[in-house]
Amino acid sequence: MGLDSTTETAAPRAESARERKEVAGKLGARLALAGRLGESTTTVVGLSIVLFWVAMAILAPVIAPYPPNATDVLSAGHPTPSAAHWLGTDHLGRDILSRLLWGARRVLTVAPIAVLSAAAVGTLLGLCAGYFGGIVDLAISRVADILLSFPVIILYMIVLAMFGSSALNIVLVIAITKAPIIARIVRGLTLDLRNREYVAAAKMRGESSLYIMLVEILPNARGPLIVDMCLRMGYTTITIGVLGFLGIGLPPPDPDWGGMVKDTYGMMSVWPHMSLIPCAAISSLVVGFNLLAIGLRETALRE
Amino acid sequence: MNDEPPVLEFERVRLTYSLRAGEIVVAPDLSFRIARGEALGLVGESGSGKSTVAFAIMRYLGSLGRIAGGRILFEGRDIAALGEAELRGIRGRRIAMVYQDPMSSLNPVMTVGRQLMEVPMLHEGVNAEEARNRALGMLVEANFADPAAIMARYPHQLSGGQQQRIVIAMALIGKPALLIMDEPTTGLDVTVEAAVLALVQLLRRKHDSALLFISHNLGTVAQVCDRLAVLYGGEIVEEGSIGDVFAEPRHPYTRGLLDCLPRLGRSKHERPLKPIPGRPASPLARPSGCGFVPRCSHAEGVRCTVGVIPTIELPGSEGHLVRCIKALEIGAWQQDGGSAPTPVEKSSREPLLQTKALAKRYRASSGAFGRERPPVRALNGVDLVLERGETLAIVGESGCGKSTFARVLGGLEIASEGEVTLEGEEIGGTPVQARSAALKRKLQMVFQNPESTLNPSHAAGYSVARAARRLRGLGAPEARREAERLLSVVGLPPEIARRKPSQLSGGQKQRVAIARALAGEPEAVVADEPVSSLDASVQAAIVNLLSEIQAERGLSLVFISHDLAVVRYLADHVAVMYLGKVVEFGPVDAVFVPPFHPYTEALLSAAPEPDPERHGARIILEGSPPSAIEVPKGCPFASRCHRKIGEICDTEPPPSQVLTGGHRILCHIPAQQLMPLPV
Amino acid sequence: MGRFLLKHLVFLCVTLTVVSLLVFLLTELTPGDVARKELGPYATQEQVEILTKAEGLDRPVLVRYVEYVGRTLSGDLGVSQRFRVPVKDIIFDRLENTALLAAVSFALIVPLSMLLGVAAGMREGSVLDRTILLGSAIAASVPEFAIGVFLASVFVVTLGWLPGTATLQPGGRWPIAAQMVLPVAVIVLFDMGYVVSMVRASMVDVMRQPYIRTAVLKGMRFRQVVLGHALRNAMINPVTIILLQINYLVTGVVVVESVFAYPGFGRMMLEASLYKDIALIEAGALVSVFVAVMTQILGDLAYMLLDPRIRA
Repeated sequence: MGLDSTTETAAPRAESARERKEVAGKLGARLALAGRLGESTTTVVGLSIVLFWVAMAILAPVIAPYPPNATDVLSAGHPTPSAAHWLGTDHLGRDILSRLLWGARRVLTVAPIAVLSAAAVGTLLGLCAGYFGGIVDLAISRVADILLSFPVIILYMIVLAMFGSSALNIVLVIAITKAPIIARIVRGLTLDLRNREYVAAAKMRGESSLYIMLVEILPNARGPLIVDMCLRMGYTTITIGVLGFLGIGLPPPDPDWGGMVKDTYGMMSVWPHMSLIPCAAISSLVVGFNLLAIGLRETALRE
Repeated sequence: MNDEPPVLEFERVRLTYSLRAGEIVVAPDLSFRIARGEALGLVGESGSGKSTVAFAIMRYLGSLGRIAGGRILFEGRDIAALGEAELRGIRGRRIAMVYQDPMSSLNPVMTVGRQLMEVPMLHEGVNAEEARNRALGMLVEANFADPAAIMARYPHQLSGGQQQRIVIAMALIGKPALLIMDEPTTGLDVTVEAAVLALVQLLRRKHDSALLFISHNLGTVAQVCDRLAVLYGGEIVEEGSIGDVFAEPRHPYTRGLLDCLPRLGRSKHERPLKPIPGRPASPLARPSGCGFVPRCSHAEGVRCTVGVIPTIELPGSEGHLVRCIKALEIGAWQQDGGSAPTPVEKSSREPLLQTKALAKRYRASSGAFGRERPPVRALNGVDLVLERGETLAIVGESGCGKSTFARVLGGLEIASEGEVTLEGEEIGGTPVQARSAALKRKLQMVFQNPESTLNPSHAAGYSVARAARRLRGLGAPEARREAERLLSVVGLPPEIARRKPSQLSGGQKQRVAIARALAGEPEAVVADEPVSSLDASVQAAIVNLLSEIQAERGLSLVFISHDLAVVRYLADHVAVMYLGKVVEFGPVDAVFVPPFHPYTEALLSAAPEPDPERHGARIILEGSPPSAIEVPKGCPFASRCHRKIGEICDTEPPPSQVLTGGHRILCHIPAQQLMPLPV
Repeated sequence: MGRFLLKHLVFLCVTLTVVSLLVFLLTELTPGDVARKELGPYATQEQVEILTKAEGLDRPVLVRYVEYVGRTLSGDLGVSQRFRVPVKDIIFDRLENTALLAAVSFALIVPLSMLLGVAAGMREGSVLDRTILLGSAIAASVPEFAIGVFLASVFVVTLGWLPGTATLQPGGRWPIAAQMVLPVAVIVLFDMGYVVSMVRASMVDVMRQPYIRTAVLKGMRFRQVVLGHALRNAMINPVTIILLQINYLVTGVVVVESVFAYPGFGRMMLEASLYKDIALIEAGALVSVFVAVMTQILGDLAYMLLDPRIRA
């Protein structure tokens, strides 16, 4: 950082810390501006990857050369990439490019819905736990602890085995398992923010608890929350892929990146491209989300 | 004076930070020297670059900072030219540093003993046993009664004052030739500060270390230093012996700094404080000529703004240097200001806000299976009255309960016992959420920390307008207009309304907070340390603003502070608190003159005054206040009292002695004997 | 200390009770009755009714839950429908295999991620830091099965250096040690990405603290500052996270086990779920939760030992 490294930790009443902070603040503003272009290469790259896949997902019906489940019997014998099938076909002769595009559409529908539901529930619970404290906090935190101590993947297996796997169930399961994590983060932020003087000022003018939580506290917690949601999107993409790979994910035959690997993994030694391509696709999307999170976090720290 | 080479010499030093956007000059051209064993005070406000100077001596400027010109000579050696190994040999051994915020300067997972022992082991290669003995010896010198026990403690187990004495011991254990102290007492209570400063004086003389003492507080500098350098925008604008500079400041900025301070013994009825107008220029846009011109009442067009302003030595002085082109023209310094605002003549002495036997206990958090733990007793029976249109000040050190008192009045906490009445209506048991709209409107608060008083996500005008809407039921457009009007009342232009707090200075934020408190046209405002974290010149402006608003609107004010000078200036009545009890209460003129409660006496004696003439011995209080969990049975102050008369102080609660004019003292010693002891 | 253990033991018991009840209820509340689930879709209605009678499945849920808890406490975990053997005969074998995989991986993850995390975080923004940060972000982004596919395509398909499966059958072409290489590599790569970034973040934060400046200005070498002053502080936060990895390693490696046909606990659970093997699911869930809560306790304990501020 600017003048020295203590700017973030100094005691509020301390004069020269404030001095450093003020100068560092002024310098910081410049730093951020100057740094944003250079430093945020990470953000730019991450965002580009994510936007690329979003575009692919939106445009899938238009640009996919074949219907995702159409089998090309002629190609099944020699499934490697060709002029007709740019990325080749799988063992059943289905066009990999088309399945990839439709698969993007699926994961990019399910993951955001799941993460947003988790964020909505988690944020609300976290706000309540942190703001009200006491018995409310105790109840919410204990339930979250129990949910968090449950191994996630085992929970998926049990629930999906019992209720069957559908997009809705996957969304629900992910929301239930991710909400406690988000609740915990928001609770931590709220515990800090609720003691700020502007919250006391809001109480002094008679604002309701809901107003204070949503208008006074939440906007100041949005930075870490957005970063976390980016990370969460990445993890959720992995989770959806893993569920597909384990055969308990989105139901076949519609294309799903994890499922594509599962179907063709046995043929690795003969036709590795069938597994490698969807693996590369899912990896690149998650890398995109994670780079975006890193970039955003660094930008946020600077401000 | 003497021909010995100086310990430290700055020769036209230029300090910069290089950023991708360009270079920021923190100090363009800095020269000064410190002789062997001498103490130089470096004084400046926020952003003056004083900490950067300190770290430049250690060559610790981070990856961006740089000594871009000139030489920093330590014992004749250029710091910038030293090799890494030589530099390490100097750091901690020849030059040692004491930082502000001792808690964070000590490693939390290492015993303080180990942290002390490290220094001789590192630099002198002594074995652990020898290092241990050295550390024990140093702790004895630093006034620790049981050094062996202290050695085994972790930093979090020590009080703030003890921590700072550890840091000082750690700095002096290597017998450095130069000790740098960067705001060493900022954030400490005055009585603790006095003890730390006394220790510094003693040890520095004993070890014959030179001292560079960096502070924003002219009072502490006057107490510790031989010479003084005033820093403004990275330039030394005035330098000289403490006596010369305080007696005859020659630079308008130095005069401004001295003028804006309330002195013990002055009050708002005499004259307003004189804040320095404007704000320091940003180091990003350094003007040519004198950097103080935009704020200077003596500035004169081209002469002051063109070229380099030379530093001249005042004729007939011994090294009294001034960097002002008009230094010899601006006349002698008169400590006087404009005319006083006419005090409100109070015909009725009508109590507005009153507390009776007010007590507040916090339940200590207990685990799921926790036994019931004894509560923290933050307030133990507080009886106070705020009269309409007057200022009641509450003074005391951290932990005395003054902020809790403010929060109970505001309804942010509720009283455990006793009553609080506002215009006769009982409010002590009512949290602010349950108070009626009319009640909320009557009583508002201003908070301490300008960084957190405004919501960083909302524009400044929003907070004010929202308060006007909620408290007065105004519609959105009227509330917006009202917000602009209130901002102008507190001296801010209307465009401030659209700015986010991050674009405002500390003083501006505090003004917005005052405007917000005024939005409901309250009868009373409770202000909890509203100026404590502001620079002196800004503090003066806010104090003036508060007393103006009070005079114009007949506003009643509860003013919480730890700063006796500000309290003396602003208050009509003063309550001195210690450990949740009011130990002395009365009209301001009665509290600040004898007879005193012994604690008031100690506070007054410890308060750093920017007056080198004041050399009376200070009362140094031992130890720290007892815990608010086990409040002593007798007098709360007994454990630290320098006038304790015997067992009765520990066993019997002291009587409240009522003197003339409603002046009360809570002490076993008869009031007529509570005169200052001859020293 | 006693309070600490007591508190955690109570939490362990509560969690185990809640989880067992939840799993029990899940099997109860899902469509179709229990006996049908146990027998599969091809059993006749008559068979279902006989089983229902025989196992007392027509009695109230709560009664059966209490009975189930009693049986579990006495060590009877029931019989696996899928494997047709008592649950405890299979579950502990599988746990043992997974423990082997987990132990080897953990032994690699801890030192490596501490080394990389500290090396990156000690000089924030340096080339080394940027490289490690980017590398760990990418490693943590690739799902385990994808790492498996990538590694297998190189080392199994192209180079033929390693086996593509790890069935732990001795006497085949590949010794068991060779079979373990790829599964361990996948776990270490995937998990380390996350742990390294946590250690780095903590180290970066510590290096910004004023007490590090104090140490530097005492005249210490950078090395001494890092090892003597920064390291212990930097470990306080990640130690909990590192210990939580045990949890992941025991129950989360199902993907790796599936990729390499490794006969571990996770794959057993997957099969149990796919075949709706209720007794096995119930036992497996309890074991997983037990491991999870125990690692939490370990984490809190380590935290207390490292940070004197927490010790009462």
